[in-house]
Amino acid sequence: MFKEMHDLFQWAWLIPFLPFLSFLLIALVTRRSKGLSAAVSILAILSALGLAIAIGVGVIQSWNGEEFVGREAVAAANWLNIGGLKIDFGTIVDPLSAMMLFVVTLVASMVQIYSLGYMHGDRGWSRYYAYQSLFAASMLGLVISTNLLQLFIFWELVGLCSYLLIGFWYFKVSAREAAKKAFITTRVGDFGLLLGILFLYNKFGTLDFAALSNAMNTNFQDFALIGGLSYLTVMAILVFIGPIGKSGQFPLHVWLPDAMEGPTPVSALIHAATMVVAGVYLVARIYFLFEHASPAALQFVAGLGAFTAIFAATIAIAQDDIKRILAYSTLSQLGYMMFALGVGSLTASMFHLMTHAFFKALMFLGAGSVIHALHEKQNIWDMGGLWKKMPITGWTFFIGVLAISGVPPFAGFWSKDEILAAALHNGHPVIYAVGLFTAFLTAFYMSRLFFVAFTGPSKPENHPHESPWTMTLPLIILGVLSVVGGLVALPEHNFAFYVHAGELEHEAMDWALAGISVVAGLIGIGLAYTIYVRKAIAAESIVAKFPGIYRLLKNKYYVDEFYLWLIHHIMDGLAKVLYWIDLYIVDGIINGLALFTRGSARTLRRTQTGQLQTYALVFFFAVVVIYLVFAIGEGQLAALNPLAMLGGVK
Amino acid sequence: MSAATAGSMILPFTLLAPVLAALIIVFLPKEEGKMIKIVAALGTFAALALSVYVFFAYDRAQGGMQFNLILPWTKDLGVNLAFGVDGISIPMLVLTNLIGFTAVYSSWNLDKRVKEFFVLLLILITGVMGTFIARDLFIFFLFYEIVVIPIYIMVIIWGSTKRVSKEYAGMKLTIYLLIGSAFLLVGLVALYLNAKGLNGGQGTFMFDELAKFKYDPTFQKIVFGLMAFGFGSLISMFPFHSWSPDGYAGAPTAVSMIHAGVLKKIGGYGLIRLGLMVLPVGAKFWAPVIATLAIAGVLYAAFIALAQKDLKYVVGYSSVSHMGYVLIAIAAFNVTSINGAVEMMFAHGVMSALFFSMIGFVYEKSHTRNISELGGLARQMPRLAVGFLIAGMASLGLPGTVNFIAEFTIFMGSVRAYPVLAILGIAGIIFTAAYILRTLANVLFGPRRPEWDHLKDLRGPEMVPLVVLVFVLFVTGMFPNIVYSVINSGVTHSDLSKVMETVGLAKMGGLF
Repeated sequence: MFKEMHDLFQWAWLIPFLPFLSFLLIALVTRRSKGLSAAVSILAILSALGLAIAIGVGVIQSWNGEEFVGREAVAAANWLNIGGLKIDFGTIVDPLSAMMLFVVTLVASMVQIYSLGYMHGDRGWSRYYAYQSLFAASMLGLVISTNLLQLFIFWELVGLCSYLLIGFWYFKVSAREAAKKAFITTRVGDFGLLLGILFLYNKFGTLDFAALSNAMNTNFQDFALIGGLSYLTVMAILVFIGPIGKSGQFPLHVWLPDAMEGPTPVSALIHAATMVVAGVYLVARIYFLFEHASPAALQFVAGLGAFTAIFAATIAIAQDDIKRILAYSTLSQLGYMMFALGVGSLTASMFHLMTHAFFKALMFLGAGSVIHALHEKQNIWDMGGLWKKMPITGWTFFIGVLAISGVPPFAGFWSKDEILAAALHNGHPVIYAVGLFTAFLTAFYMSRLFFVAFTGPSKPENHPHESPWTMTLPLIILGVLSVVGGLVALPEHNFAFYVHAGELEHEAMDWALAGISVVAGLIGIGLAYTIYVRKAIAAESIVAKFPGIYRLLKNKYYVDEFYLWLIHHIMDGLAKVLYWIDLYIVDGIINGLALFTRGSARTLRRTQTGQLQTYALVFFFAVVVIYLVFAIGEGQLAALNPLAMLGGVK
Repeated sequence: MSAATAGSMILPFTLLAPVLAALIIVFLPKEEGKMIKIVAALGTFAALALSVYVFFAYDRAQGGMQFNLILPWTKDLGVNLAFGVDGISIPMLVLTNLIGFTAVYSSWNLDKRVKEFFVLLLILITGVMGTFIARDLFIFFLFYEIVVIPIYIMVIIWGSTKRVSKEYAGMKLTIYLLIGSAFLLVGLVALYLNAKGLNGGQGTFMFDELAKFKYDPTFQKIVFGLMAFGFGSLISMFPFHSWSPDGYAGAPTAVSMIHAGVLKKIGGYGLIRLGLMVLPVGAKFWAPVIATLAIAGVLYAAFIALAQKDLKYVVGYSSVSHMGYVLIAIAAFNVTSINGAVEMMFAHGVMSALFFSMIGFVYEKSHTRNISELGGLARQMPRLAVGFLIAGMASLGLPGTVNFIAEFTIFMGSVRAYPVLAILGIAGIIFTAAYILRTLANVLFGPRRPEWDHLKDLRGPEMVPLVVLVFVLFVTGMFPNIVYSVINSGVTHSDLSKVMETVGLAKMGGLF
């Protein structure tokens, strides 16, 4: 039985390969046929989903009652082999990657089916499905990578797909600029990650996760490097800079809200459920590095994650664009996952990654359904009363709001509670407090969105109607998962049992803490209800009372403005100065030399006068010079020979 | 010296294929434009096919110079008509013919003095190819001089005048090449005389013979300095780079492709073949200077590329920036970095040929290269946009393209020798992304511009450069061992690895 399962694990490479094949097919063969392109793409991702489920079942069954049989299955082949550098490519199947494979293939399948309705009639249809397939292939490749370089390669490729899909409607200036911004911002993070990879390889001679972990476990002496930080701590922080960019942590978060310029299903898949969590996944995958580093590394992760969580949540309160609210919410939840890792609970982080993928993809697809029905309106104040007109979208969105607000028994309740409990139990009360307050803010802004857009009177100029089944079916499936997804935390052999770092974390449910979080969430919902439904407190009066704070939040703390200033004044300024130097100094010297040569040629030409007297004069002086040379001596003359100086003439 | 070994005629045939095509074209009437192009395409294709055969037939396990043909030429001087290739020259040979073949197709729509153009182009290709397969320094230099003549004529007749006049650009390009070669000539003669002295009066120009002698360290420092200047200005080392953007801007598409793609790689190739292998002590002396100039060039040129308005200037400065990576890899002087340097020359060659080819089509159809006048071209010319996008992505080192492999290897090799400089250089990937993505965004994307609605997308023969070069970029990028098996054999089986063991600069202590 287990033997068979192991054989199945060897086929894990098919999971990314099938979508890649589909990408090639669409790009080279079927691109003229819309129907075929979509069929190929969806068929590939559904097959990958089937395989991912089979592998997931295999991983669960590999527990034989006492121990794991074949907990990890690694296959590898040489990819790059030169003097001083050898890299193998492989696939790894363990509980962590099996969970990710399931989440990614599931959400990708949902999104691709949903896109049948959402992208209907778009002239870039085949291109869209080609990009979707390429993205799925890259993301799944990232998940099953066995080493850092392999992961980095797919990491860059998902970045490329993100660039292409954000800029899918390339004729829109906003989309074009957002795509560019996303690529360059994440590249800043990749710079750090790349340095980490290079230095780790040069120290350990391998980038394989298992081999690195082994090397650090056995007789590796960490040593001080710079600024009081040890070598491994610096490496951990360098590697972590990658996730700061990819997973939108402060201060490289600016690209994610702009990425909403892409089609909404893309936002659901790439910028909520899968690619942006790649950073979290990377930290989880290389968690041993953080454990071997000094505590400063994990503290840094925890601190930055918690800061991002509350920072983004406060911005979300003051936004009016439905997709941007969701984007800031995603940033905030990514911060949650990061600080969960930082406080030492890999299980809680990965658990939240999974439940978040379900309910955030659900809400993005719901938002897409609304935008579709309202003909591209995205401002929540232009909506209203949608619940009645679009019951399936309304109900599933409501489930999403409850899930993210941490209302039991929805999925978010379990995972969020586990994170908060881990923060407090592992001795991080400040981070716990920040997390709790963020939970309150989250419930508040999500309910605000829901109440404003879905309840209240409907706007007469809108004529919404429920979306076609291709769009509502994924909503229903994700809705169900958002309800029951958290229950994997319940039984004896639960999620934590499979996905954990080091020793098994026996984190029993802390019902007192859970109660506090639920209350925080409910207060948030209640406050939103009071302001936006009962209108007992006027939103305008609150804004009027704190105009400065409101402006600060509305303008996202002016981080974008600061970066724009840096780019336009510092970077472009420096570029112009250097160009000036190149034109007038570097090239100026060259042109000056050329002018000098031409000028001296013109002068020398005057010696050719044709007058006998002049020649006689020159002749006379030449004789004098030659005489002097001989008088000074032959030895010195030989020394003037350039070849003699070089040692050529003996 | 054996006169002929197995397959010894392959390299001369490869070299003669374009020459033969040029001869046929000479006898064709000048009205037969289409026929002339077909003959040129066939000639370059034959050379490409032969060099691909050499690439796959080369015995990697055995290594060393293969497909040798050595004919004594001038006995008194010790000049041999000697051809042969090893793992370092094969990628350059394939690259030359790859670009030569696609350059013909990039000039498919040319209608001004077609006959002269293609004859000169074929001579140019032959000259470049000759430098890479020569085993004799004299022959190497001879081919290098052959290259100069067609370049000058082609720029001033078929070039274009933008920021600078084509006459200025052609003159600048040529004078730089000549000054570089003048310095080389001095170094070359000194090297020859010194080796003759050490060899007991028997002169030789053979690279591997020259590499056997132990030259005086002072002599090595001076001669390597001359070569570093000569080859350095050829590979557009900062601050001797200013010919490169102006030259490419003035030159016709095919010349830009060949010049940026392979001709300037003669500089890097010469530094490895002649500098590192023959004068290792001199190389070690100059390495820190070269490394510093290299990284200065990487960042300096990347920033200047940000401020450019003409497409060809962007790619011109970009190429200066990328050559900085080759130079620091050469200066880092270890097996990994030299592998990376050769791979980078190959990768950059393919990428910049694709880039210049796409820019050439844009210019040919729209008559402008001004970035602010272009925009939204992905709508009217989707195929061209794909090629342009892929060239851009390769340029910023995206995984999947061979350029990533090259950059990664270079970074890996050079952080070992120059950690601080390497980190600064790696930061260049951010600014490269900035100027490349800006260019892509402003040319390909954005609102549709009605004035470009009449532009026709690439079709027929125009598709050849796109298909061929993109195929090479991806296949060698996804399976790096294809090219690296050859390069690595060249680096590890040559005298180079022995030299590196003894005078290598790798600092393995401390950080590592």
